[in-house]
Order: sequence, then structure tokens, then C-alpha cells
Amino acid sequence: MTFVTPNLIPALSEIFVLIMASLILVVDVFLSNRNRYISYALTQLTLLGAAWITISSGSTDVVYTFNGMFVGDVMANMLKMMTYLAVSAMLVYSRSYIQLRNLFTGEFFVLVLFAMLGMMVMISASHFLTLYLGLELLSLSLYSLVALQRDSAQATEAAMKYFVLGALASGLLLYGMSMIYGATGSLEISKVAAAIQHGDGGRTVLAFGLVFIVAGLAFKLGVVPFHMWIPDVYQGAPTAVTLFIGSAPKIAAFAFVMRLLAEGLNGLVHDWQGMLIIMAVLSMAIGNLAAIAQTNIKRMLAYSTISHMGFLLLGILSGTLNGYSSSMFYVLAYVLMSLGSFGMILLLSRKGFEAENLDDFKGLNQRKPWYAFMLLLIMFSMAGVPPTVGFYAKLSVLQAALSAGYLWLVVFAVLMSVIGAFYYLRIIKLMYFDAPLDQAPIESQPDSSMLISLNGMAVLALGILPQPLMALCAYSIQKSLL
Amino acid sequence: MFAGSSWLSLVIWVPIAAGAVVLATGSDRNAGLARVLALIGALAGFAVSLPLYTQFDTLQAGMQFVEIAPWIETFKVTYHLGVDGISVLFILLTSFTTVLVVIAGWKVIEKRVAQYMAAFLFMSGLMNGVFAALDAVLFYVFWEAMLIPMFLIIGVWGGPNRVYAAVKFFLYTLLGSLLMLVAFIYLYSKVGTFEILDFHRLPLTMNEQIFIFIAFFMAFAVKVPMWPVHTWLPDAHVEAPTGGSVVLAAIMLKMGAYGFLRLSLPITPDASHALSGVMITLSLIAVVYIGLVALVQADMKKLIAYSSISHMGFVTLGMFIFNAYGVEGALVQMISHGFISAALFLCVGVLYDRMHSRMIADYGGVANRMPKFAAFFVLFAMANSGLPATSGFVGEFMVIMGAIKVNFWYAVLAAITLIFGAAYTLWMVKRVVFGAVANDHVEQLDDISAREFLVLGLLAVAVLAMGLYPLPFTEVMHHSVSNLLSHVAQSKL
Repeated sequence: MTFVTPNLIPALSEIFVLIMASLILVVDVFLSNRNRYISYALTQLTLLGAAWITISSGSTDVVYTFNGMFVGDVMANMLKMMTYLAVSAMLVYSRSYIQLRNLFTGEFFVLVLFAMLGMMVMISASHFLTLYLGLELLSLSLYSLVALQRDSAQATEAAMKYFVLGALASGLLLYGMSMIYGATGSLEISKVAAAIQHGDGGRTVLAFGLVFIVAGLAFKLGVVPFHMWIPDVYQGAPTAVTLFIGSAPKIAAFAFVMRLLAEGLNGLVHDWQGMLIIMAVLSMAIGNLAAIAQTNIKRMLAYSTISHMGFLLLGILSGTLNGYSSSMFYVLAYVLMSLGSFGMILLLSRKGFEAENLDDFKGLNQRKPWYAFMLLLIMFSMAGVPPTVGFYAKLSVLQAALSAGYLWLVVFAVLMSVIGAFYYLRIIKLMYFDAPLDQAPIESQPDSSMLISLNGMAVLALGILPQPLMALCAYSIQKSLL
Repeated sequence: MFAGSSWLSLVIWVPIAAGAVVLATGSDRNAGLARVLALIGALAGFAVSLPLYTQFDTLQAGMQFVEIAPWIETFKVTYHLGVDGISVLFILLTSFTTVLVVIAGWKVIEKRVAQYMAAFLFMSGLMNGVFAALDAVLFYVFWEAMLIPMFLIIGVWGGPNRVYAAVKFFLYTLLGSLLMLVAFIYLYSKVGTFEILDFHRLPLTMNEQIFIFIAFFMAFAVKVPMWPVHTWLPDAHVEAPTGGSVVLAAIMLKMGAYGFLRLSLPITPDASHALSGVMITLSLIAVVYIGLVALVQADMKKLIAYSSISHMGFVTLGMFIFNAYGVEGALVQMISHGFISAALFLCVGVLYDRMHSRMIADYGGVANRMPKFAAFFVLFAMANSGLPATSGFVGEFMVIMGAIKVNFWYAVLAAITLIFGAAYTLWMVKRVVFGAVANDHVEQLDDISAREFLVLGLLAVAVLAMGLYPLPFTEVMHHSVSNLLSHVAQSKL
């Protein structure tokens, strides 16, 4: 029996993150509360190190390893870099928030790193089992993160809902995968694709499996009709965790959809296209309409997420490389906006006070004009008004859907985004037109203040010069999917 | 000949840069500095727009001062600017109006001065961008971005019902604009670029043309505004601060009409011809019916807002009769209405600053206390009702001349508005300015200050100059208009 060492290079960053997460777990035990910042610094260092490894070990070719279980390609590297960025930004935004709420603990950092490891595995998976493993690692870490504030009944309830529904969705997904396995005889994504292309496997079984897989995907993306968990979890979780759930995992979910639908089940494009259209239409409608009725900003942003994910599907359902890269641009733009909007809630919160009601934003322009301006940019970007990045995100997915021949869908999406504009405008109205209710001074940490400025400016700068990011998305999709 | 000149970029970016500088002065402690910087910025913006007129080649019909640079290669979007005889005057009008607005808001605006001034400077640059853009995405970016400062101007510095007005303004315009965006994307899928000039040359079937025309119509008709999608305008005008009303009436309304000329007519000529009956009917309804509505208004700003809608009806009428008199008349009417409506809103602003009321019933006999103001107000009112020797006459006369060539009754209905226009404007002036002093508040009015005199005086000169000698305005547009008309006359089917 010979033992062949697998090529470890594509997975180096995952291995590094795993080692560091375990190390932090051990180191943290020996730290007194006063020195807890060491865990924080180590976590940030881990992200930095992983980024360095990804850059230096990344190649422009598609490299398979671990017997075809794991893949390194440009799309994976690019998405991983964005994940590091999102996680790092989330840690900076949350630092003082979690300190004030006694969540600044080793568990928090370790769980965040494990969740990120799950995302990285999902992004690089080229096998149904790897995908599933990554997904579960991410989900289990997220369940515990939501429940981290254990004396909060709301958080516990949210975690329970998330866990039960998430487990159900994982079950559906696994069932769908087993169907596909039954039909094609393989769990490896490229072999599944080849088998379907070849015409192997019963069409009925494949379509049946596909339905379950799409249902599982829809849950993870949070699109209607599998969106029920999103508002409750977003509202119930500590805002720092909401920020986390609302940012980086969306990138992983996008990769998940790409690996399964665009790579593995590309042969069934006509079958999944129809399902995605229904989900996109419902998500845009329900997300936007329900958001209007909300008074809690976290809940409002949750519904806004649902509608954004509907828009994201517009690009994917076109089933073209152009469509995939437009969706990739959309998800990155969305993560940027999501970070900024939840980050702002964290910045305005203080000890014993959560700035989670819409009224807490009243008169922000008089209390802190710069913050108000940054949130103004982010809100207009969410509404898709130029010159912000959100406009180009909408433009590119609409263009992809139209070139795939779905004119009616584009018109529908446009009408829904007018409805969406209403509730984003309401935030701006509260900040600029109303007098402040809350006169307490806003204490801001220099790091998070700096970050919100960078974040808002990035939304504007990418709105003026979107070309680099767009080209990067197009390049990575072209290099990774043939 | 004009290769390498970057005047168009300057007219866009100088005001925007100035706006950023003004915004940086921050809180109201530096209000004085903000005002001075804003004035310098507005004057600089106007100064860089002048070469566009002096160096303009009036014999050339095509685009001049062209600048082109790659912008978003993925979608083949370019930073493509250029002006022809149709658009160049609007850029001058925009830059000129910005100077007036900054001066007019000098004393009146006391809270968040820097943000107010910056919003107007940003808007000035963005509006110039709309008139100069030759790439559909660039056009759309300017077109939409402009809504942001206007939304804030109405909402932050507006009247009691400002939130409703601001949101209504934004959503109304956004809905129309997004459908225009869909049309742009559709055209892109046909042409492969977002160049507006390439869109002009694209052959389209009648069905396609009708749908694209309707999408454009939604965007532009809301902006003009045409009846029946005009209802946002009276609200927005009444609630907006004086400066906001001035910019709204003088320039933003013109964008809708400009959009018809730049996009609807050349891209969908056959649909434009086919639907011209509808457009003319809507225009005549605006002219006649809205004229009657204006007659019964008790609020001066509302009256002028309705008068604007009625006058813009003339503009759309002139465009859809497809002859040189009509289109040139429409353009002259737009410029002239830019001066006159700005002046009338400023006049109401002058009264409002003193009395904090816009109701006609609260005034009476103002001429006794404010003779200089009364002289200006009467002059602008006369111009608004189309008195010969004012700019208001030239455009309306040309449009009626054009209309009579097409259909006698169009001209008759359009001419009726001259009577209505005179009726509602002069009746308002009579009730506000003339007669005995109505009450103690009017008794205590002071006449206009030197600053207000300067603003109204500049506009009075413009109104009279254009009325007495319109040639410098019409010769600029003449070749571009005949070029446009010959393009529109060719079927794309």
C-alpha cells in the first residue's frame, strides 16, 4: 500500500486558519480578561496571514487536490480574499460593542474563525461531501454565535429557530445530493456535470434531486419561500453577530450556488432556471413589501437582504458567464453595503442601549453629520441610486437577465426597487429631516470610525469607478468556469 | 478644431469640487466662509461655461467640445461628453441659475448653510452632466444622482409638509427613470454599446419603438411634467425653499423636454410620429386645463407651479409638431421659462422672507411699500403672460406659428393660453401688488435690498434681451435643430 501525499498548496490557507483557530482556543484559556485583546489581535493576524497565503499560493489555473474533493481556482481565491476582508471589518466594527456586552471572549473569536473556515471550505469545494462539510461547519458555528448571549431570551429563541430550520434545510440538501448520486453515480462535481452532459441517469430522479438541492440552497441564501428564519435571526442575534451573518456568509452562499448549479448541475439549467425565477420574483416582492412595515432597523435590513438576494438570483438564473459575474459583483457590493449598515448600528449603540429602532436614527445629521453622510451613501447604494456601487450591481444583474430574454422579469425587478427605495429613503428622512430624539453624545472608537468612513467612501468610489471590481469578477468567473 | 478642450468636464467638475470644499467647512460657525466659497464656486462654474458659447461653432450641426475616455470597459461604457446647439444653452442657463440661487440664499438660509450651498453646487455640476452626456449610462448616472441633492434640499430646508413632498418627488421620478434604464439596457443588448449616438442610428421595429418610446415617456413626462403625471410638482414647489423651486422650475423641468429631444425623437422616430397625436393632446390639456387650474390657486407658489406646467405644455407641443418653428420655439420657450419662472419664484421668495406667507389673500398694496420690487414683479408677470418684447413672447409665438402649419385648431387652443396666462398672472399681481395697503404686516414691509435687486435685475436684463433680440439664442440652435428634424423624418423601419 502506498500513501501519496496530496497537493496541499490549494488548501494552505484553510490549514493555516484551522491551526490558528485551535491555537487561539488554547492561548485564550491562559489569558486574563484584561489581556483578552491578545485573542482579538491574534484573530486579526490570522486573517492577515490567510490573506497573504491565499495571494502567494494562488494560481490562475484550476487545481484539484485531495482526490478531486477540493479545488483552488481564481474565483475561490477572490471570494476568500473578500471573506477575510468582511470578517476583519466585522471584528473591527464589533470590538467595542462586544466588549460592553461581555461577549469579548475567546469563544467568540474561535467560533468566528471556524465559521470562516467553513465558508472557505464551501468556496473551494469540488465535491458534494466537502460542500456539505463546509456548510455544516459554518452553520453550527453560526448557531452557537447567535446563542452566545445566553441570558437573552430573544437570542436563544433566534438560535433555536435558526438551528431547527437550518437542520431541516441541511437534510433537504443532503437528500437532494443523494438523489443526484443515485442518478449519476458520483459525488464529485465535475463528474456529476459530465454524467449529466452525457445523458446518464434518469431525468426524473435528477429533477427530483434538483428540487431538494435548490430548496436547501434557497434556505442558505435566504430567499422566499425559505426566508422565514432571516428576520427573526437578524433581529434576535446580538448586532455584532447579525453583522457577521449578513456579510461574509453571503459570499460563501454565492460560491455554494455557483459550485452546485453552475458547475455541477449546469446540464439541468432549464430546470433550475424556472425555480430561481419564481424565488427571485417572490423574494423581491415580499422582501421589499414587508420591509416597509418594519420599525426595527435590524428586521428591516433583514427583509432588505431577502430582496437583495432576489436580485442576486437574477444574474444566476440567466445561466451565462456574464450573468454569474454580474451576480458575483452584486454579492460583493451587497456585502460592502451590509457591513456599513450594520456597522452603523454598532457604532450608534452604547452600553445598555441598542440603536435598533428606526427612531434611534432621527436627527443623526445634527448629532454626527459625517456618520449621517456615510449612511446616506450606503442607503442610496442599497436603493440602487447612482453614483454608488449599488447602482452598477443592479445594472449588471438587470442586463444579464435581459440578455437572457427575461424582459418582464427586469421590468418587475425595477418596479420592486422603486418600492424598496421608499424604506431606504425613510432612513435618510429620519437622519436628515427629523429632529433628534436622543441627545446622548456618540462615543466613537477611532478604529471603527475610520472603518465606516472607508466603507462609505468605498461605496462611493466603486460607484464612480466600478470597472476594476467588475473586471475582476468577470476574470475570475471566466478563469474558473469553462 | 476643439480637440483637447475640456470645458465640458470643467463645467461638470468645478461646481462639484467647489461643493465638496464648501461641505468641508462644516458647522454653521463657518457659515460666512461657506457662503463666500459657494459664491466663488458658482462664479467659477459660470466662468468655465462661457467659452462653450463664445467658442461654439454655430454653423456646425454635430457635437462639439467632444471628450471621450473609456470608463467601464465591461459594458463598453465611455465617459463621452459633447454638446450641440440643443444642449449648450442649457448648460449656460444652469451655471447662471446656480449663481443666482447662491446669492438668493445668502441671508435667508441660516441653518446648515454649508450643506445647503454644497447641495446646490453638486446639483449644478450634475445637471450640466445630464446636458453634456453622450453615453446612456453616464446620462443616467447624472440624471439620477441629481435627485439626491434635490431630495435633501426639499426635505431639510422645505416647508411644513416637506417630507411628503420630498418622498413623492423622489419616488415619482425614480419610477420613470428606472423604466428608461430598462430601455437603455434593451438598446445596449441590440447595439453592444451605450453610446447615445449609436442608439440614434439603430434600426428598430415599430413594436420595439413603441415600447421604448413609452419607457422614455415615463421618465421624461414625469420630469417635464406633463398632464396627468404632474401632481408631484405643485407639492414639491410649495414645500421647497426658494432656491430649490428656482432650480426645479428653471432647469429640472427642462431635462424632461431635453430628454424627448435627445432620446425619444431620434431613437424612436416612427413611434414619435405615430404617437404624436397623443403627445399633442396631452400637451394641449396641460396648456388649457392646467391654465384654468392655475387661475383658482390661492397660494402664489402653487400658482406659479401650475403656470410652469402649462408653459411646459407649450414646449412639448412644439416638439411633437415636427417642424423647425415648433422645435426652436420649444427650445426658446424653455430658456425663457428658465429665466421667468426663476424670477417669479425669487419674487415670491422675497415676499415670503418678509411675511412668511405665500397666500395671495395676505397681501395687497405691496407696491405702496415696495415700489422697486413691484416694478420687477410686474415685469416678470408680463413676461410670464407672453407680452411682446419679453422673452416669453418669442417662444410662444414660434410654437403657435409652427402649430398653425400643422393644424389650425392646435394653434387656436394653444393661443387661448395666452389669455389664461395673462389672466392668472396679472390677476395675482393685481391682488398682491396693487390696491390699498391690505394690513399692518404689509404696512411694515421694506423694499428689496441691493442683493435682491442684483438678482432680479440680472434676470430682468436676460428676459428683456431675449425678448428684444433673440437671434443669439436661435442661431446657436438652428443647425442642430434642422439636423434633428431631418433625422426624425427618416423612418427606421
